[in-house]
Amino acid sequence: MSENITNLTEATFDEVINASAEPVVVDFWAEWCGPCKMIAPVLEEIAAEQGDAVKITKLNVDENPAIAQRYGVMSIPTMLVFRNGEVDRKVVGAKGKAQLIEEFGL
Amino acid sequence: MSDSKIHDVLILGSGPAGLTAAIYTARASLDPLVLEGEPSSTGDQPGGQLMLTTEVENFPGFPNGIMGPELMIGFREQALRFGADVRTEKATRVDFTSRPFRVWVGDPAAPDPTYLAHSIIVSTGATALMLDLPNEQRLLGHGVSTCATCDGFFFREHDIAVVGGGDSALEEATFLTKFARSVTIIVRRDELRASKIMQDRALANPKINILWNTVVTDVIGDQTVEKLVTQNTQTGETSELIATGLFVAIGHRPNTSLFAGQLDLKDNGYLITHAPSTRTSIPGVFACGDVQDDTYRQAITAAGSGCAAAIDAERWLEANHESE
Repeated sequence: MSENITNLTEATFDEVINASAEPVVVDFWAEWCGPCKMIAPVLEEIAAEQGDAVKITKLNVDENPAIAQRYGVMSIPTMLVFRNGEVDRKVVGAKGKAQLIEEFGL
Repeated sequence: MSDSKIHDVLILGSGPAGLTAAIYTARASLDPLVLEGEPSSTGDQPGGQLMLTTEVENFPGFPNGIMGPELMIGFREQALRFGADVRTEKATRVDFTSRPFRVWVGDPAAPDPTYLAHSIIVSTGATALMLDLPNEQRLLGHGVSTCATCDGFFFREHDIAVVGGGDSALEEATFLTKFARSVTIIVRRDELRASKIMQDRALANPKINILWNTVVTDVIGDQTVEKLVTQNTQTGETSELIATGLFVAIGHRPNTSLFAGQLDLKDNGYLITHAPSTRTSIPGVFACGDVQDDTYRQAITAAGSGCAAAIDAERWLEANHESE
C-alpha cells in the first residue's frame, strides 16, 4: 500500500477527520468490490499529484461497518470529502480521474 | 499527450474480449496498446461487466467458480506479462475514415488525435440498462444499486427487490439472499428468460418471491429507498411494494455511440461483423465481444471472439504490409 494513502479505522477516523486542516477524502471500499479495485490506483495518482493540498484516506467497510452506517453509505465505492470535519461532498460510484478531481472540489 | 508512434494494434476496451485480443496480439509481437477505459459502476469500465458480477461458475478451467473481478484481474495480468501497454484511458472520438486510424482521448475537439494505429480492435462491450426513472437516478447509492456484489452487504435483513427475468437478475437475487431478509424479483412477463439451472435455484430459495407481469413505475424515498410503485402489465393496476433496496438487471445496450456514422450498426445498436470473421465495415477495424454480440453474450464467447479478432488483425496487417 502506498505511503500517500492513510488507512482509517473506527479507532482513528474521528481524530484524522477533525485534526486535518486540508480536505480529507475517505474512500469507503471492500475486498469484494470490483469498481473499488479499479479506483484504488486512480486515488493513488491523485494523492501523489495533489501532495499536501488534500489528504486521501480509505476505510474498509467490512472491518468498520459503524462508520459506513453513520454516514449512510449503502453503495461502494463511495467517497466522502470532509472539510473542517464536516461532510462537504459525496461521490458515489467509480469514476475517471478528471471527474473525481472535479467532484471532490479540488 | 499525443504520441507520434503509429501503433500496429490499438484495442478499445478491456473485458474478456479486449484482453484476450491483447494477450494474442502481444504474443504475436504486435505491441498492442489497450485503452482499458475509465472506472465507472455501470459495465462500461476497465475489466468490463464481470467487474460487477459475483461468482462466475461457467468459465471453463475454474471448477469451483471464480469471482468476476478476480477473473478479470487475471486476464489483465496475463496481457501485461506479454507486454501489452494497458492505459486507464477512454477514447472520446475516433476517425476511421483514413489510415492510419485516429483515436482521441480527453478533449474530443482537440485538433490532433492522441493515438494513431494501423489496425483497431473494438471491444467496448455493453452497459447495464437502468429503468430510466427520475427517482432511480436520485436514489442511486441510497438504496438503488448497479452492483449487487458491491452493495449486497449493506442490505442485511432488508426487504429488497430485483428487477429482471434473465440470468443476471436471478444470479443477483440468489446472491442477495445471503444478506437480505427477502428478495422480490419483479418480472415484466409471466415467464423467466433465465437458464433452467438459475431458475431452479432461485425458485427453490425460500427467501425469493416472484412478482409476475409487473413493472416498476416509480421509486419512493426521501433520503433512501422506502418503497416501489409497481404496475401490473395485464390489468394496469398499480400497487406499492415495501422495499429498501432496488437492484436492476434488465439487460444491456452496446457501447457503440463512439462509432455511429463510421461503422455499420444493426438497428439495435450492435456493431455488424462479417462472420465467420470479426471484420467490421471498415477494413483494418475488427470487433469482438458484447459490442457485436446480441446472441450469446457470455464471457467465454467474448474471449473467443477476442482471440479471433487478434488473429484477423494479425493476418490483415501482414497482408497489408503495415506492420513495422
